[in-house]
Amino acid sequence: MNDTTASKATRVLGAVTLAGIGLLVLFGLVISGPDGASVGVDANGAPTGQGEVVRIMYMHVPTALIAFLAFFVTVAGSVGYLLRRSEWWDLVAHASAELGAVLLFATLVTGALWGEPTWGTYWEWQDARLTTTAVLFFLVLGYLAVRRLPLERGRRSRLAAVVGLLLGPATIVCHYATTWWRTLHQGPTISRLDPQIEGTMLFSLMLGMGVFMALYAWLMLHRFRVLWLENRVEDLGLDLALAERRAEAGASGASTTGPSPTPATGPTPTGAAS
Amino acid sequence: MWRDARLVAAKDLRIEVRSRVALNQIAPFALLVLLLFAFALDSDRNVLRDATPGLFWVAVLLSTLLAVQRAFSLEAADGVRDALRLSGLHPAGIFLGKVASVAIQLVALELLLALGVLVLYDAPLTSPLLLGSTGLLATLGLAAVGCLYGVLAAGQRVAETILPLLLLPALAPLLLAATQAVAAASDGVASEGWRWLGLLALFAAAYLAAGVATFGILLDDG
Repeated sequence: MNDTTASKATRVLGAVTLAGIGLLVLFGLVISGPDGASVGVDANGAPTGQGEVVRIMYMHVPTALIAFLAFFVTVAGSVGYLLRRSEWWDLVAHASAELGAVLLFATLVTGALWGEPTWGTYWEWQDARLTTTAVLFFLVLGYLAVRRLPLERGRRSRLAAVVGLLLGPATIVCHYATTWWRTLHQGPTISRLDPQIEGTMLFSLMLGMGVFMALYAWLMLHRFRVLWLENRVEDLGLDLALAERRAEAGASGASTTGPSPTPATGPTPTGAAS
Repeated sequence: MWRDARLVAAKDLRIEVRSRVALNQIAPFALLVLLLFAFALDSDRNVLRDATPGLFWVAVLLSTLLAVQRAFSLEAADGVRDALRLSGLHPAGIFLGKVASVAIQLVALELLLALGVLVLYDAPLTSPLLLGSTGLLATLGLAAVGCLYGVLAAGQRVAETILPLLLLPALAPLLLAATQAVAAASDGVASEGWRWLGLLALFAAAYLAAGVATFGILLDDG
């Protein structure tokens, strides 16, 4: 067992991700220009030129979309677990929900920071996308709380899978909120045949998508491995405790140097508690 | 399945009639919430009247938490949960029975709260048909979501703390729709209210279906 959850592939992926983040900073903050030319109109018919503020988009939009993707992976993992009852699907669902929660939180924060200069308020209650995102965030927190219930693992996984399934409709509503209701958010901008932005802005946004996708994949692999090791530690825990107690009983008669935690036959958790 | 549901609902309601927990504890709590809103909003009658739909449903939501916790703490004691599983009752039947008993208690509670807002907040009573159907559909949704998450939290050491975290975000759409429907009724634009009613019906149907489909997994988790 290694001291790390990295493999050659994840090291390469990590290096690519970090380089990509650097590139994204370069493109997002330096190379791409401010949004001067109006490329569309908002609900009031005013041009949507946003100046420098538009740069938040290169993080806000990718984190939001990858968070949605992460929750769909959780839903898929939950379905997979309920059908197959395999640890693999369970861990995929768990790891993806955690990463999704982090990404969604980043979305909310960057969205609030973007809202202040453009809408004049950090939080707009009339906006369906904002409110559904907030509800989704709390639903995910609930899911993660279920994952921490002090239960036997199989039972906890079954309960979590059912709660995970219910994230599906919430994610769909949140994703389509801008299409179904009139909100301050823009409707689809790039997922159509005539993208609403172009040039370095479009490239920076696409780069952001790629970078956050790579970040998600990279962290997902590590989180999956850590969770898998945690399960192994849990499996070992009882054996280890038994072995320790036996060693204590043996040692207390022979010497006074205290309990010996590593009997010859006992398994050791080296590297597993990362 | 329907017979099982009737059995479970009758059992729960019989316990409720005999123990009177809902009457002696949950109902006073709900009225107390109404009083607290009035204190918090500085006893301004206009503000209270305008906010009545929202305040009413928040009071119902908080009381739902208690009612659901109560409904499932019944099962947690003395291994009743195992007895239910061994009894051969259909899991979907148990779910629907639980939903029915919680819903019946909630309807009674809502009638009491409605009387409360009429007297305390001077709320107008218009479009009784819309108000009634909103109440029924919302109650069905509340009970369905409550029982789905209630059985999940039941018997856990952290049941009291995890139930609100699971229940309240899931009920947010229901709170919104029910409040809008009641607000539309009191503003005299009933046509607006019927659209929200559709959302309530969809919500209740979706969670009832989810409960019927998954209750076996949630219950049979030994």
